[in-house]
Amino acid sequence: MTSLLRIILTNLRRHRVRTMIGAAGIALGVATMLSVVGLLGGAVKMFERILRSDAEMVVFEKNVSDLFFSNVDVTIAEELAQQPFVKSVQPVLFAIVATPDRPVVTCFGIRPEDGRLQKGEWLQGSAADFRSDGEGIVLGERAADFLKAMPGESVELGQHSYPVVGIVRLENGFENGGVFMPLKACQDAFHKEGVASILAVALAPKHEPAEVKAWVGERYPKLTALENDEFSKSYSQFKILKTTAWVVGGCAFLLGGLSVTNTMILSVFSRIKELAVTRVCGFSRSQVVLMIFGESLIVSIFGVLLGWLLSTAGLWLLREVPALQGYIEPRIGWQEVLGATVLAAVTALFGAIYPAWYAARLKPASALRFE
Amino acid sequence: MSMIAIDNVWKSFDEGRIAVLKGVTLAVKRGELLALCGSSGCGKSTLLSLIAGLEDCDRGTVTIDGRERKTEREKVALLRREIGFVFQLHHLMPDLTLEENCLVPVIAVGDPVKQAKARMRELAEMTGVAHRLNSPVRVLSGGERQRGALVRALMNDPAILLADEPTGALDEENREIVFQMLLDLSRSGGKTLVMATHDQEMAQRCDRVLRMRDGKMVEP
Repeated sequence: MTSLLRIILTNLRRHRVRTMIGAAGIALGVATMLSVVGLLGGAVKMFERILRSDAEMVVFEKNVSDLFFSNVDVTIAEELAQQPFVKSVQPVLFAIVATPDRPVVTCFGIRPEDGRLQKGEWLQGSAADFRSDGEGIVLGERAADFLKAMPGESVELGQHSYPVVGIVRLENGFENGGVFMPLKACQDAFHKEGVASILAVALAPKHEPAEVKAWVGERYPKLTALENDEFSKSYSQFKILKTTAWVVGGCAFLLGGLSVTNTMILSVFSRIKELAVTRVCGFSRSQVVLMIFGESLIVSIFGVLLGWLLSTAGLWLLREVPALQGYIEPRIGWQEVLGATVLAAVTALFGAIYPAWYAARLKPASALRFE
Repeated sequence: MSMIAIDNVWKSFDEGRIAVLKGVTLAVKRGELLALCGSSGCGKSTLLSLIAGLEDCDRGTVTIDGRERKTEREKVALLRREIGFVFQLHHLMPDLTLEENCLVPVIAVGDPVKQAKARMRELAEMTGVAHRLNSPVRVLSGGERQRGALVRALMNDPAILLADEPTGALDEENREIVFQMLLDLSRSGGKTLVMATHDQEMAQRCDRVLRMRDGKMVEP
């Protein structure tokens, strides 16, 4: 086996250009896949963190495809907060508004006691300026930048104008590019009187999520309560994003696979006599097949490594682009790398099937007469 | 018992339209050096391919050392241990070194490469290419390449050596050198040699000469 590996490596080495072209095909597939999966995975994680802020559970309207369409009566938050198994409940209303420069600006309708503003670094103003009975809004640092607004000035959002009372730097890109409005003002602005999109529920110590689920299930059958991880797994928007990422990545891989197939076909056709000689020298058909599959597999492994490097470098560069800072939080975890490696291996094996089959069926005597 | 026994073998190509061998019968003794002579297209190369198991005959039997080799596994085993093949063209892989080329049959068999290298060196000394073992084939002369091909054919110490016009692509000087080496190595190693050649003079230096014409054996 070691010797066969030696022949495989020698074959790849002596056809460097062909090997590099094959590996480049796989590398581009891997790089595209890891970049897309990494970018969208990062976006999903950022959104998850918005929901999680100091909470273990999310309550929202059952069967909605998007949290922007979920309506949960805010009085339920007060009722739920009274339960012994609950430490706190924060209603959050999500809304999207367009400004002349930006087609999408995310608005968060929250209460002043919501933890997310407390955690931020206040660049201007203070948490005390954000009042539930007022109309003053707080801008994430990026939002303040693209809305070109400072405290003391007003920002037009939808049909109304709102005074800016503070600017806060937040780690999460979505939040840092968002507008924080008092819940009531947000409800009024988006015609969502008395409702929130979600209730973020923090559990009291030594209590279980099942208690919240049971309470919600009994009293409000149109709502659902999920733990954060359950929500992440079941939320259809996340599923769509993740599926899209893998489908786009998979298509890129198919193209990479075609390149490997092409390379291997070329490799077999250009050395028909050599393959015949190896058969005359005692190579069995299975050894020839192993040799072709081995070459393809090694090209793929090389392509995976190259693709991994390319995607890591590409994402790092993207993250450094000032306009994208905070919005890009690529996550290339071991699952993504494993997925790409497995796909590359499968692609390599599938790509080598026809060349290997052709090589194994070569009749040495005829092949040696081949011109 | 003959080392090679061919009994009433027929072989055609192109779905029977081109008959190449027409009832060939032949027996080669162990250690015998046999020259097959005849014009191009008379069936010499096809006969060698049938002996090596590279082609199947349409009718008749080919027996090596008393056994017919019918299955793929048997044919592979035949090529690995019992037969070494030298072609008119060296058919060495040009980008590999001579050493790497010579080790291909060893890798096919799965024998330890380290031990095989000792044998390779010995054969390379005998054929005068030891100093070229680490050179890529593309920089070797025609004679060196063919001598390298001879080393490769003998690496697994086969009992039978098949040579298809082994000197046909060489100049006069190298032709004599390579041919003499082929005879010497076959005789000293007790090998059975079947060599297809046009060259009458060289053929006469073998133990026996057979002539083929139009797919049949004819009287010498």
